[in-house]
Amino acid sequence: MTTPRVTDQAIQVIYLVSTALFILSPKWLSAPATARRGVWAGELGMLLAIGATLLYRGIVDYTWVAIALVLGTIIGVPLGRVPMTAVPQRTALSHAFGALCVALVGTAEYYLRAPGVSKFMMAVLSMEVILGSLTFTGSLMAAGKLQETLPQRPITYRGQNLVNMSLLAISVGVAVYLVLHPERAILFPLMIVIPLLFGVLMIIPIGGADMPTVISLLNSYAGLSAAAMGFVLDSKLLIIAGALDGSSGFILSVIMSKAMNRSFTNVLFGAFGQVQAASAAAKEARPVHTATAEEAAAILGAANTVVIVPGYGMAVAQAQHKVRELYDALTKRGVDVKFAIHPVAGRMPGHMNVLLAEANIPYDKLVEMDEINSEFPQTDVALVIGANDVTNPAARNDPASPIYGMPILDVDKARTVMVIKRGMSPGFAGIDNELYYLDKTLMLFGDAKTFVGDLMRQLAGEGRG
Amino acid sequence: MTTDLITSLYVFMLAAFIGFEVIRRVSPLLHTPLMSLTNALDAIAVVGAIILAGEHKSRLSTVLGTIAIVAATSNLVGGFMITDRMLKMFKSSKPTKP
Repeated sequence: MTTPRVTDQAIQVIYLVSTALFILSPKWLSAPATARRGVWAGELGMLLAIGATLLYRGIVDYTWVAIALVLGTIIGVPLGRVPMTAVPQRTALSHAFGALCVALVGTAEYYLRAPGVSKFMMAVLSMEVILGSLTFTGSLMAAGKLQETLPQRPITYRGQNLVNMSLLAISVGVAVYLVLHPERAILFPLMIVIPLLFGVLMIIPIGGADMPTVISLLNSYAGLSAAAMGFVLDSKLLIIAGALDGSSGFILSVIMSKAMNRSFTNVLFGAFGQVQAASAAAKEARPVHTATAEEAAAILGAANTVVIVPGYGMAVAQAQHKVRELYDALTKRGVDVKFAIHPVAGRMPGHMNVLLAEANIPYDKLVEMDEINSEFPQTDVALVIGANDVTNPAARNDPASPIYGMPILDVDKARTVMVIKRGMSPGFAGIDNELYYLDKTLMLFGDAKTFVGDLMRQLAGEGRG
Repeated sequence: MTTDLITSLYVFMLAAFIGFEVIRRVSPLLHTPLMSLTNALDAIAVVGAIILAGEHKSRLSTVLGTIAIVAATSNLVGGFMITDRMLKMFKSSKPTKP
């Protein structure tokens, strides 16, 4: 009889080691130099925990476990190999998978334990299932919007918030009732179906540019639901992993919404698109200065300092590799080139950094907003590629503007501003960008990838001549 | 029972504080890999799913547990792979220490 007890204790000790590795993992990730060690720590912790679990003597049959592990690996490998441009939708999809796992385990646990479920346990189970279900469909919707299989623009209708809030209230109501009467198993499916529907409706009114906040928020929900699962299964390891993931998502959501000067509620329930549509319509066409690739290349070549401001448009045009070539060409001429990264540039936190790193741009050239803003007054040329609202001076100067108060990159303080843009269409927020009408701004109309390629050729040609 | 839950609440609270302190320090440069990594770590839920599927307590729990293992495993495999791929790309322009 001693052997099983020894095994049980060994399992617990291994879980403890895994937990330590799980805490070290994000800690090491904090700096690029130690970051990969963080991944290894996480992998080791995961292997140990899974290995230990397989020793658990309650497991009577390994067939389905083995099949599922293999199947999961087969699905996981391609998901680990997606191109960097697809990382936002992959991340959303992984939130969906995580939430699905949690919701399914929660459901199974309820039916195994009902009716003998304590009130506290039922409360945690409800939280697990509700959060898991809404995160599952919400993340699938987000992934669909990011992959553009679903329309990116917000879909709004009258009474939308009322419908959403009612659904949420009903599911919480059902949960409360079940906590008081855990034996009413007939109500349990409601706690799955209504949050599933809520997850879909919650994401429908959210536009592409709000995705960084929404993905972070869904990340936080996925983490919290996993922590709730840890309470249900009395697994400290799972509680800690869920708490880490939940706080990580929460911190990122706070950073993202601060960077947009908006509250969570505003992102989730604010009809952002509608307000600006009106203000944009009032603006008449105003003259802008334009320049050709040849003229722009001459100015860039003569500059001492250039700051490139990338945005989602760069990712859409797949221009990051051309941008690297431009960076190389300018650096070779002795021009000091840096990149200014706004926290919400792109579709998820840190999106631009990953794309530029993929294009082999050294990470010490990627400068955060707070740091780079003091450098713009000494910058000869600020080159904006596919970014719009994050450069709009109206956020600083115009209290009437819907984005007033949002922290922006002070591109307008550079000596010359160049903006590569397809046309004069307003950005996501639908607001006219004052930057484009400044005397020092040159508009470079064209596709980002093609135009940067042209710039590069001009610079290379001059260099040879 | 209640003591267990209270202990769990303490664990959760402490872990949340550690999470805040550790993750606050992560450079914004690495926010995308951070999200992929914490996602992969979150897939530790697979442990609960393995027990559920392996215990065979009911047909429902075995089926749901098996699907849950598939979902979590694909997350952990894909999550670690892509995080490592991303981190490999981050290079400094300064020569690295030998």
